[in-house]
Amino acid sequence: MSATRAEICVAACAEAWRGDGEVLAAAMGTCSILGARLARLTFEPGLLTTDGGAMLTAEPVPFGAPAGPAEGWMPFRDHLWLVQNGRRHVMMGASQIDRFGNTNISAVGAWDRPKSQLLGVRGAPGNTICNPTSYWIPKHSTRVFVPKVDMVSGVGYDRAAELGPVASRFHGLRRVVTDLGVFDFGTPDGAMRLVSTHPGVTVEEVAAATGFDLVIDGDVPETRQPTDEELRLIREVLDPRSLRDREVRT
Amino acid sequence: MNTTKIMTIGEIVGSLESGMTIGIGGWGSRRKPMALVRAIYRSSLKDLTIVSLGGADVGLLCAAGKVRRVVAPFVTLDSVPLEPHFRVARQSGAVEFAEYDEGMFMFGLLAAAHRLPFLPTRAGLGSDVPRVNPDLRTVRSPYDDGEELLAVPALTLDAALIHMDRADTRGNGQYLGPDPYMDDLFAKAAGRCYVSCERLVGPGELDGPPQTLLVSRMHTAGVVETPNGGHFTDCAPDRARDEAFQRHYATSAADPEAWAAFAERFLSGDEAAYQEAVRRWREEQEERAR
Repeated sequence: MSATRAEICVAACAEAWRGDGEVLAAAMGTCSILGARLARLTFEPGLLTTDGGAMLTAEPVPFGAPAGPAEGWMPFRDHLWLVQNGRRHVMMGASQIDRFGNTNISAVGAWDRPKSQLLGVRGAPGNTICNPTSYWIPKHSTRVFVPKVDMVSGVGYDRAAELGPVASRFHGLRRVVTDLGVFDFGTPDGAMRLVSTHPGVTVEEVAAATGFDLVIDGDVPETRQPTDEELRLIREVLDPRSLRDREVRT
Repeated sequence: MNTTKIMTIGEIVGSLESGMTIGIGGWGSRRKPMALVRAIYRSSLKDLTIVSLGGADVGLLCAAGKVRRVVAPFVTLDSVPLEPHFRVARQSGAVEFAEYDEGMFMFGLLAAAHRLPFLPTRAGLGSDVPRVNPDLRTVRSPYDDGEELLAVPALTLDAALIHMDRADTRGNGQYLGPDPYMDDLFAKAAGRCYVSCERLVGPGELDGPPQTLLVSRMHTAGVVETPNGGHFTDCAPDRARDEAFQRHYATSAADPEAWAAFAERFLSGDEAAYQEAVRRWREEQEERAR
């Protein structure tokens, strides 16, 4: 079976949680939510996932479906306590992200009187300083991948280094998945590195859509294709209405 | 104990004063005490500090010029990510904003609820939250680890407004949906808490599991029955969010002329007039759909 770009993104998001064991896979955005549930249905069965609300579902549920049987209850207060507790790996969105993985969901422009007020920092500061964090960015562009974010909502590696080893000991940015490729921060100074490009995307295209210098080590591989079983789960079980295609157009 | 705490919407809002710090319960566009918010919208109150996991409560009060300062980790309508009135207020510099991380916000309420000056957390460290809140201080652990943490100051409230699914005449509040949000913390963090509810019952008539009894009368100053008073926010299990009306609100709020028409139609009368106007609007929509 041949996968669409959205399906490649779902599998690439799922990979973020590989090896995490029994932690809450907190996800924002369609492909990210699908990825968490796909990981749980395949290679990471210990993960906990929600119905998008307060219920921890007994089994991964289709996107937008009712919770069905629950195995736990996590209202917002417990979710925020879990952030402090640490058994959680979150994949957030970002309106801006920079070379060291600082992200902004708060406001664009000068904070005092922004050009564009967005959501506010929400849980991004606590998430990034307390939990492993990944990002899902459906539209990779120089508007999002900027040299410097306007308001640091999520903490990047340069800021974490400034805090020192004690305060930053729970900080860790795992990966960034976009509609063009996969990125991590596995460099000596924590600068963003291109891990793979999605099938049909060139390194040059990624570089042109990025407003800072990416670390590019030698030949960059292609992002892996979803397996036939993963495609079946995405198409028939988790997202039969193809909502993923609204987020990432083929 | 037979005394009741039943008040009218007008009495509750009449007891508030300009310049107060007012906490508003719920989360985003979920179980907001909108009937009370609409009454503040119509009132002569001003210079309020609003402490909220913000939704249309913050937006409406900003639109009415009631707000000097917002304390919040976000302002959102959930299914509509950005709150148009709040955006305008921020982008025009009309309101001050104390922007907190969600965990910080909860710790601020917890501190106030327990009469502590602050609670320590890692949340906020390394981010720009301290930069845009220069009053925030850090505190060093007195134990061997010596870790430096953010000291979130108590978010002490002059008054809190929350919306419950049920309440009794003594002021006990019950939630029946999937999430208590922070409403009990708002109640305890406030000098006085006012409860609006979908349905008011007599003492001893709050049916449901004991853990749904969220707010005790020891923390409430007044209670008012406001059927559909959470409209248009989510009020599960009684009422889902009125998504069509919320879209109408958000579309109108994004355009000054459309907003003037919306305000004239829905917000120029009292709560009964609002509910009637919404009922007629829904009839029109159904008529049009036919």
